[in-house]
Amino acid sequence: MTDAPQARRTLIVAGAVTIGAVLTTGVSGLVAPLRAQGLAPTSTMRGGANNYRPGALIVDRIGGGGFWLTGTVRRAGDGAPIPRVRIQMWAHTTEGHERDPQSHGATLTDVNGVFRMEMPQIVPAFGQAHGHLAYDAEHDGNGFETVFLRPVMRSASDKSLSADFVLRRA
Amino acid sequence: MIGARPVRSALIWATLAVALTVPVVFAASSPLLAWRDPIYIAAGFAGVVALALLLIQPLLAGGYLPGLRLRFSRRLHAWVGSGLVAAVVVHVAALWLTSPPDVVDALLLRSPTPFSAWGVVAMWAVFATALLAALRGRLRLKLVVWRLCHIILAVVIVVGSVVHAMMIDGTMGIVSKAALSALVMAAAVKVIFDLRLLADIRRMASRHRHRAMR
Repeated sequence: MTDAPQARRTLIVAGAVTIGAVLTTGVSGLVAPLRAQGLAPTSTMRGGANNYRPGALIVDRIGGGGFWLTGTVRRAGDGAPIPRVRIQMWAHTTEGHERDPQSHGATLTDVNGVFRMEMPQIVPAFGQAHGHLAYDAEHDGNGFETVFLRPVMRSASDKSLSADFVLRRA
Repeated sequence: MIGARPVRSALIWATLAVALTVPVVFAASSPLLAWRDPIYIAAGFAGVVALALLLIQPLLAGGYLPGLRLRFSRRLHAWVGSGLVAAVVVHVAALWLTSPPDVVDALLLRSPTPFSAWGVVAMWAVFATALLAALRGRLRLKLVVWRLCHIILAVVIVVGSVVHAMMIDGTMGIVSKAALSALVMAAAVKVIFDLRLLADIRRMASRHRHRAMR
């Protein structure tokens, strides 16, 4: 008899947690209804690796700054954030072409799997204002598969650009 | 007193000069140039020049430019065609020097940017047209067959180039690019209708039918 209220409370709490999870999942939950099977890994984008210079140094900022390249790194399946992952980035900016060494830099994700890099303003090159990001297994000890991203800015006057990684264990 | 004809002639030439120079002036004043090295800048200008040459071509082919005899106009059309080939070669080569992997992706039709494929298709159509024109004497094509091939390729070039240009965030600026593209399309459409190609094809088909009946 004493067990019954306890069981009911557990059920209510479980229900609330489920509703909460659905709410927080929000749009991404609608976009990926197969979430129960796990978060799918990000695939490399076409042209993502173009003008890549492997092993760019970890820097506080690329060049003079004024523009932010941000994003998150999560684990495929459970979506857990991955801290201390090395993300390399480069772009055609007001301070150089994509191939120029000063256009490249790397940073590490924080405890929440978030990375933020300040860099010069990205400007349109080869027809689109876009950035490049790499998770390169060769230059990171966390043991995930290599992924190259090439996000495009909605407008060339944007002051930031973001791209998210979902990595799969190698 | 100045007659109507010279005034009209001067107006046509002046309009053409403005239509050709305005896009170049816009491109030359683009803020993007400050962040590009000379080779990349040259690549962009070669593209702008190529689009401008596409406006001259139908005007020469149709003999619309006052003061030029049709024969001379057509000869000039061939020369401008060679210039178009050169502009396309410079455009692609200079882009390749700027960023080889992006150009290789474009040429292999696996570029992430959809406008690349339109440009590459137009490029091959330009080369095919030049080859066809160079071999015209040896191929001994009937005039109507030659024109049909040439016009089909010209349509591919015009549509491919205009879509390619319009989708690019480049140095020309959207207004001058849209205006030049509209003029290029209008000139191409006019010459295609004026050449009465469809009537020629119909006539040829009916001749074949008559021959078959005999």
